[in-house]
Amino acid sequence: MTNTITFGQEVQNLLQAAEGEPLRTCIQCGTCSGTCPVAGFMDYTPRQMIAMINQNMKEQVLESNTFWYCASCYHCTVRCPQDINITELMYALKRYSIWNHRYKEGLVGPDFSEAFVKMIVRGGRSFEPVLAPAYIFSFGMREFLLEIQNATELLLKGRLPVIPARIKRLENFKRMIGRIIPMGGLE
Amino acid sequence: MKEYAYFPGCSLEKMAVSYHMSAMETTRKLGIKLREIEDWNCCGATTYFYIDELLAYTLCARNLAIAEKTGLDVVAPCSACYKNMYFTAAHLKKDVDLAEHVNFALEEDNLHFSGNINVKHLIEVFSQDVGPQELKSKISKPLTGVRVAPYYGCQIVRPQKEKENVEQPQFFEDMLSAIGATPVNYPLKMRCCGGSLIISSRTAALSMVRNLLQCAVDSQATVIATACPMCQVNLECYQQQVNQEFGTNFSLPILYFTQLVGLAMGIPVKKLGIGKEFIAMAPSLLQPGQVEPEPDHEIIKE
Repeated sequence: MTNTITFGQEVQNLLQAAEGEPLRTCIQCGTCSGTCPVAGFMDYTPRQMIAMINQNMKEQVLESNTFWYCASCYHCTVRCPQDINITELMYALKRYSIWNHRYKEGLVGPDFSEAFVKMIVRGGRSFEPVLAPAYIFSFGMREFLLEIQNATELLLKGRLPVIPARIKRLENFKRMIGRIIPMGGLE
Repeated sequence: MKEYAYFPGCSLEKMAVSYHMSAMETTRKLGIKLREIEDWNCCGATTYFYIDELLAYTLCARNLAIAEKTGLDVVAPCSACYKNMYFTAAHLKKDVDLAEHVNFALEEDNLHFSGNINVKHLIEVFSQDVGPQELKSKISKPLTGVRVAPYYGCQIVRPQKEKENVEQPQFFEDMLSAIGATPVNYPLKMRCCGGSLIISSRTAALSMVRNLLQCAVDSQATVIATACPMCQVNLECYQQQVNQEFGTNFSLPILYFTQLVGLAMGIPVKKLGIGKEFIAMAPSLLQPGQVEPEPDHEIIKE
């Protein structure tokens, strides 16, 4: 049996609740790229990404920083004349890249995401200090010191948690998550 | 007395505790009770939704199921929590298979979500449920002459839910007018603060913050009002880093809209969590009702 599914189709299949093949309807108008506040920092603009996916340019797409630079602001999505949920597309690419362990080197996004998920699965609530190791060492010395300065000021103003918050019914919560993903896969 | 099931979210426990304090104080004055959802968990932020949607929906559905038992509408003060909960409720109502799968997981905590719930952002409670007229009647110290930039950010208005105006909404401005302040024309009011890019793609996020601050300064605002803890932290706590990065000299206070409403209601500043900011408001602005109205500036049209 041969697997003939193309990269473009794989990505389409990851788009939740999308009917048909929304990416195929893209008219390459560039409204998304013109709207995106981060486009200037991306290897390829959102419009280029859609064209590349439609051309099955898997390697170039996965090697780009584009989807990790998406801030989830949905500005492109509300303006797309073809109603393509471009933010959702960026999510799908993040998911695809994490699942396949394929991402551009030197990005903070993937490690940060993993640390975040583990934190929630273990305690049920967010606790900022445990996230810091996932990114702080990627910073240069200057950024590192600025980040420490910020944390200190937050602490002095009573805005930094020092005790991790946990939900009460944590055992139930963990079993609930276990019904979605086996816990072995997360630890 | 009107009641809501209140989902504070992780940020409001500490980082944005002043948002929580001012939300509680101002709603009480309006005769509204915010009943915190018992044993709530994290909404999943943006991170969870792109890693595993099913798990993300389950996290939100647990909170919705607990809230549903109270029979009240849910209100979230954080834009990300609001967006996640709103769309989880909407998807679960529409997609029976998804709801079945999620409810199977919820059984472990003896919960079931049936989809009978409305999700609102805190700012909707002020701007729609209460409305500018009634809000105005509760104001004792109008913020006369205070020029405020109404910063909507992203996830209150986007993605689009029904047919609401996603390009030029006015509800924030109307609310600021109701408390006596002057909402300035703030062309970047719908632009993104960078969200979690401040951690993962710092240079990009700092430049986004700079643009927002510059636009507020150009609009002659003396304060930016926000309705989201992420926006507040990015615009305020990273202002110093923006100044270092771009050689700018910003020193613009960023307050939650509830803090401004509270000031106009005459609530003592301490109760509104004012004093926890990195950048303090000018003392004269903290004594509303006593500010000399500034001469009218020509509002620059876009």
